[in-house]
Amino acid sequence: MKVEKVREPLFSTKNKKLLTAPLNKDNPITVQVLGICSALAVTVKLEPAFVMAISVIVVTAFSNLVISSLRNTIPPRIRIIVQLVVIATLVILVDQFLKAYVYDVSKQLSVFVGLIITNCIVMGRLEAFAMANKPWPSFLDGVGNGLGYGLILIIVAFFRELFGSGTLFGMQVIPDSFYAAGYVNNGFMILPPMALIIVGIIIWVQRSKNADLVDKS
Amino acid sequence: MRSLRRFLDKVKPQFQRGGKYEKLQSTFDAFETFLFVPDHTTQSGSHIRDSIDMKRTMSVVVIALIPTLLFGIWNVGYQHFLSHAIETGFWAKVAYGAWKVIPIVVVSYVVGLGIEFIFAQYRHHEVNEGFLVSGMLIPLVLPPDIPLWMVAVATAFAVIIGKEVFGGTGMNILNPALTARAFLFFAYPASMSGEKVWIAEKADTFSGATPLAEAALGTGDGTVTFSHSFADMFFGFIPGSIGETSTLAILIGAVILAVTGIGSLRIMLSVVAGGLFMGILGKIIGLNAYMEIPFYYHLVMGGFAFGTVYMATDPVTAAQTGMGKIWYGFFIGVVAVLIRVFNPAYPEGMMLAILLMNVFAPLIDHYVVESNIKRRLKRTRKNNAMDAKPQTV
Repeated sequence: MKVEKVREPLFSTKNKKLLTAPLNKDNPITVQVLGICSALAVTVKLEPAFVMAISVIVVTAFSNLVISSLRNTIPPRIRIIVQLVVIATLVILVDQFLKAYVYDVSKQLSVFVGLIITNCIVMGRLEAFAMANKPWPSFLDGVGNGLGYGLILIIVAFFRELFGSGTLFGMQVIPDSFYAAGYVNNGFMILPPMALIIVGIIIWVQRSKNADLVDKS
Repeated sequence: MRSLRRFLDKVKPQFQRGGKYEKLQSTFDAFETFLFVPDHTTQSGSHIRDSIDMKRTMSVVVIALIPTLLFGIWNVGYQHFLSHAIETGFWAKVAYGAWKVIPIVVVSYVVGLGIEFIFAQYRHHEVNEGFLVSGMLIPLVLPPDIPLWMVAVATAFAVIIGKEVFGGTGMNILNPALTARAFLFFAYPASMSGEKVWIAEKADTFSGATPLAEAALGTGDGTVTFSHSFADMFFGFIPGSIGETSTLAILIGAVILAVTGIGSLRIMLSVVAGGLFMGILGKIIGLNAYMEIPFYYHLVMGGFAFGTVYMATDPVTAAQTGMGKIWYGFFIGVVAVLIRVFNPAYPEGMMLAILLMNVFAPLIDHYVVESNIKRRLKRTRKNNAMDAKPQTV
């Protein structure tokens, strides 16, 4: 008897959902509330936020891929240390790459690139997804969660840079005539609490649009 | 009066569901209940109700604020002409002060009430009265030279982030007026601190240092010299935020609030006790020049009195239990003076102290209630044990 094995298409509905769910209903920052620390630290300007977002996407995607491929051979008792070795290797690669090609941004990000190792999103996806799924869906899940994280980072950084420094990607967008008329950049935007408040507003808007995300009390 | 009632009754149907101005229903309701006490009665069960509702409560607080507002208007004019060394009459000072202060009040009310009305309509709530007080408090804690657009931004921030996010009046954790001030303090420090902002359009040659700034700065030889006497600080002839300078005017407000029972006298007294305690303690330790100043100066400098009477007593954000109020107030006083004397970057500790204790108020209440329960349980057990004794023998 021949068992016919149906091959799942690369971008089946299920796989597509892995990519898109973290952007909204399963967002790592606004719904799972992970990785808040770095979201506060690197979002003063758009440029570092953008680089940070890409770095996290790379790390989550490839660590998911590697761990998922190894998932059947990793002894469960030491799985955390194995995961950490994989993440750390990837983070060091990313860090070296940034230092080589975008040195200024890498200086601005300082320790936060290294701290991707401790970013809960990476570890969380490995434990929750990659350890129990095949490599390709795991890779997509990693990309999706990295994108969801990056999306929030860029939204927050957009508002913080626009109102805090009057610039976007380092280019002045608020005209000089505004400053001449008495407009002043908002110093509170530069401080970390404002990032928390903006994330809070995003959560507020998101939940008022998706009633099923609201906690039942 | 009767014709007004008749007019309201006539236009009322147009504002109700299905009417022409359905969208403005909450606005109409707000004005109607502002003018006339609503005839709502309790629908179920029996409740003991005071004859005074929230709108009337808020009105009393606004009345209690009037002395500080009037004095503030005069003082803005007085300080301005003093700095330019111009001799003018009483009314010229009042006119100048009103020209500076009234726009700030108007901006605060228009922006704040506008946002309140939008949220009330959107959520199908009644318009909340809370902003009647906040809208008056915000201008009074700001320097007279503040640009109006900053007032608008801060008011919007305070109403949306400080209040509406948590569900509107009565649900907020932080005092909205202080949220507005703290926002400005961190967002636009150049307009909220330093020596320039406390006198409207100050002459460049005149020192506009407030007593707080003088105390924080000190002089080279480790002492503090004030350019104003204690009496000046008490009566309020000093530069500062619009409403905070005159301790006397604030005391009049305090009497109104305490007699009507709307502001908690317990909180006011414990804040003063906390401030004095820390002032005396600072004097004993005496690590820097600021600590060496007479301890009672803390009560009349800066926003201490204003915060004590109008901000710390805010019934929504203060502790609710009797014992909790004492702890809450005491720590406001202690922390306010502590921030003042230890951190020269924040010469005014009162704002941060009240905001901090606002956050702790629920926790204080929790422990007060817990300890009450524990004490009573203990007493009951003891009584039970005594009752049970004769039977076992």
